[in-house]
Amino acid sequence: MEINLEESFQKKIDDEIRIEPRDWMPEKYRKTLLRQISQHAHSEIVGMLPEANWITRAPNLRRKVALLAKVQDEAGHGLYLYSAAETLGMTRDELLEELHSGKAKYSSIFNYPTLSWADMGAIGWLVDGAAIMNQVPLCRVSYGPYARAMVRVCKEESFHQRQGYEIMLTLSNGSEEQKAMAQDALNRWWWPSVMMFGPNDDNSPNSAQSMKWKIKRFSNDDLRQKFIDVSVAQAEILGLTIPDNNLKWNEARGHYDFSTIDWIEFNEVIAGNGPCNKQRLKAIVSAWQNGEWVRDAAVAYAEKQAKKTDNKTIAA
Amino acid sequence: MNQKEWPLWEVFIRAKQGLNHKHVGSLHAADVTMAIANARDVYTRRLEGISIWVVESKHLHASEPSDQEALFDPAEDKIYRHPTFYNLPIELKHM
Repeated sequence: MEINLEESFQKKIDDEIRIEPRDWMPEKYRKTLLRQISQHAHSEIVGMLPEANWITRAPNLRRKVALLAKVQDEAGHGLYLYSAAETLGMTRDELLEELHSGKAKYSSIFNYPTLSWADMGAIGWLVDGAAIMNQVPLCRVSYGPYARAMVRVCKEESFHQRQGYEIMLTLSNGSEEQKAMAQDALNRWWWPSVMMFGPNDDNSPNSAQSMKWKIKRFSNDDLRQKFIDVSVAQAEILGLTIPDNNLKWNEARGHYDFSTIDWIEFNEVIAGNGPCNKQRLKAIVSAWQNGEWVRDAAVAYAEKQAKKTDNKTIAA
Repeated sequence: MNQKEWPLWEVFIRAKQGLNHKHVGSLHAADVTMAIANARDVYTRRLEGISIWVVESKHLHASEPSDQEALFDPAEDKIYRHPTFYNLPIELKHM
């Protein structure tokens, strides 16, 4: 009996059976996943830069160890995700090459600058909050290695958001200047965070296929709405104002209404014209280039040690 | 310019004494010392384990997904391998 590969693949997905690296999969599924996972991995790696900016200037040791641990987690998350991407047939060097050449994208939020300490609070609260909304459903994504990586990521991510919110809370309860700093950070990070969910659903042409393959579980607009709904109460506890005059509860919808998003800004940042695109890419590329001699030395050392062991074996 | 990528390693972690090592993921490292050091940093930041195994991925061999039926289906009809297959009197205790 001739079994249609594509049909039995889809049946597995419909039955919530995970796809593993050596299973048959449509080429388009593999390519779409590679793009999605590598983009996510790159975002974790580039995402370390805006925060690294404040590690040495953290206001006290408690804040410094927390921020260091958070940035270290992000390196780890990048590594889990690169490994998952490699199971789809691309090498690590190829993945990095796409980041360095600008061919691969990363989350546009990291192209905004971190101007004050309060930005560490706003990033943890809003940027990580938005990331968690996106990531939790991915723990059930149809591709096994990706789902397993996401379970690990999500477990670690919730401390990131809580540490950020705690920073905002401390500033909000502090002096007038500190409260103003927190409000300023919220003003600058709110809209870029709302944009993190991507284009509107009617402008997201690949979503339907991704939903069918279960590599996307909820639509961009649904997740964005959920994020806005929970953020309003969180801002109230802080005594801060979300910078949107049209934000109001809509009884009929059971959700908050909000202003139209500035998609021109969104597209500009994606196109490489955000405030820090060039600076971020330059930092990543120079770290890679300046580390080359270290990587080479490690290989040379490993080869030398291996030879020594071989010689000993022969002598014995 | 040397474009040599560090080899890939599979990482296994023993969560606590008495449990077996379980596969948790993979990473790149130049040699075994670095692989264990990296595995510690990447996979055990929150008390996930007390012992690490690493093995170079090229030394790992797997069964073919296409052999799944041939390898595993025959076990399905061998119900006599399970204790409930055997009819014994209800009065019988401790067996």
